[in-house]
Amino acid sequence: MSTSTEISAPAGREPTAEVPPPAARPRPGRRTDRVAYLFLLPWFTGLLLLTAAPLLGSLYLSFTKFNLLQSPRWNGFGNYVKMFTDDPRYLQSLKVTFIYVALTVPLQLGFALAVAVMLNRPMRGMALYRSIYYIPSLLGGSVAIAVIWGQLFDDDGVLNAFLAFFGVGGRSWISNPDTALYTLVLLNIWQFGSPMVIFLAGLKQIPQELYDAASVDGANAWRRFWSVTVPLLTPIIFFNVVLQIIQAFQALTPAYVVSGGSGGPSDSTLFYTLYLYQQGFANLNMGYASAMAWVLLLIIAIFTLINFGLARRWVYYEDR
Amino acid sequence: MTTLQHAPAARRRTRRWLTHLALIAGTLIMVYPLLWMVGGSFKDESDIFSQLNPFPSSLDPRSYIAGWTATDPTFTRFYINSMLIAVLAVAGNVIACTLTAYAFARLEFRGKKVFFAIMLGSIMLPAHALLIPQYVLFFHLGWVNTYLPLVVPKFLATDAFFIFLMVQFIRTIPRTLDEAAMIDGCGKVRIFSRIILPLTGPVLITTMIFTFIWTYNDFFSQLIYLSYPSSETVPVALRRFVDATGNSSYGQLLAMSVLSLVPTFIVFLLAQRRIVEGIATTGLKG
Repeated sequence: MSTSTEISAPAGREPTAEVPPPAARPRPGRRTDRVAYLFLLPWFTGLLLLTAAPLLGSLYLSFTKFNLLQSPRWNGFGNYVKMFTDDPRYLQSLKVTFIYVALTVPLQLGFALAVAVMLNRPMRGMALYRSIYYIPSLLGGSVAIAVIWGQLFDDDGVLNAFLAFFGVGGRSWISNPDTALYTLVLLNIWQFGSPMVIFLAGLKQIPQELYDAASVDGANAWRRFWSVTVPLLTPIIFFNVVLQIIQAFQALTPAYVVSGGSGGPSDSTLFYTLYLYQQGFANLNMGYASAMAWVLLLIIAIFTLINFGLARRWVYYEDR
Repeated sequence: MTTLQHAPAARRRTRRWLTHLALIAGTLIMVYPLLWMVGGSFKDESDIFSQLNPFPSSLDPRSYIAGWTATDPTFTRFYINSMLIAVLAVAGNVIACTLTAYAFARLEFRGKKVFFAIMLGSIMLPAHALLIPQYVLFFHLGWVNTYLPLVVPKFLATDAFFIFLMVQFIRTIPRTLDEAAMIDGCGKVRIFSRIILPLTGPVLITTMIFTFIWTYNDFFSQLIYLSYPSSETVPVALRRFVDATGNSSYGQLLAMSVLSLVPTFIVFLLAQRRIVEGIATTGLKG
């Protein structure tokens, strides 16, 4: 459970005694518990039928034309070629999704870290603040919140009532293609609670002595944040970045609900997964949708690999 | 506190007040959409949008009563459907994931390392890559428009994340307990049911909480697999309610939105500490 959120003891502090290696347990050779296969039976079945076969199945379907009712027809790389050369809506969905990921991931994590740092001090009401800031993250993925969001930013919504208070003329932020996507970005930032909770757990692991030592050396709060907090928190920042990018690429519910499933206005909220849903389940272009799914899989895999590759340059592990 | 106190007391007090002030301002912004929704559900139709003040003048339950029965079937049906699916999913995850986790944590078998790596890898796999062939499979089994596609996978331990969580937990249970039971003549099955299972309480509860919340809110799968009104769940019905009511009855829409959040909220109130701990230690998405 302490895979990535654990920060080891501060460097420079000599261990008082060598920790003895765990007592060697008598290992009865290479034995096999036959009964293990019984325990694993449900998981094996699921792995085979619901994970491995579908993964290969969608790879196969991605090279075909398939509408569910007739058997798939081989189409070579046709789907992939069409995506990038002959489908402006696909390119639009890529663009929308990349903008969404590029904006929400840093902003949401920035807010999460800033609030976590504010909450990480002995203070009255800290637990209450934490709960309140966390709640949107728990409820935010629901249809209800997406419905409310649509109302808040509509032309007679609360934001405009608020702006009118200052004499600023509003408009519908939801039905304007220039702003619709940003209302959804805002919705995701509003749900910074769960990365915040992860940051808080990490902050609590940073030993107070390091802050004290920094203070003695004359570092002010700002300097202590950048020179003590951030370096020691990089493993957790990294963990959150990886997780949030994977999730943001797959966002669907808010766009679906706010746009009524269309990705409108003018395809400005046509998220990748929403377009995949439209192609696969509304138009029954299941071969094409499978190809889209595989490209998404590759995009996410590439981003994750890049993240792990870059991690060596900026993520700091004390025990290395 | 062992902090070195450089700043004079007065300055520190000012800073503490500023922190509280900022946090309270933040709280208001965070909570306003929720308050607005709850307040609006009690207001007159004409007041919902014209007032910035989220608090209603009276607690008028009209929108709730009208909204609950505005659809055919009523929301009673949708709640029964949602709860049924969520409870079955919880049962499936608990049973299948504990069995699998016990095997990975305590038993020896061929290819264990490889399978463990596959299991970890499957956590990261985006669901969309499996979506269409799974749909084709369930379609040919005649399961579309039943709850089976939403429930059966849980009994086959497809939520690998919980397996991982449980493996990590079971590894912390001292092996001496297993060995003592073995000396007393217990086999692997009995060690599982008598020793390990009773000790996995905390991680089982975490699994139950998150399976419930995720399944209840899993709009996308429910949207794909359930298209008869009588089989719809709360999120899907709420989505359709938006279209059906159009621009006419925002009060009802808000009332039903509020109610749809109640199950998640109750779980949060009951299990707040465990949810926060679960996220903090494992990065579960909330």
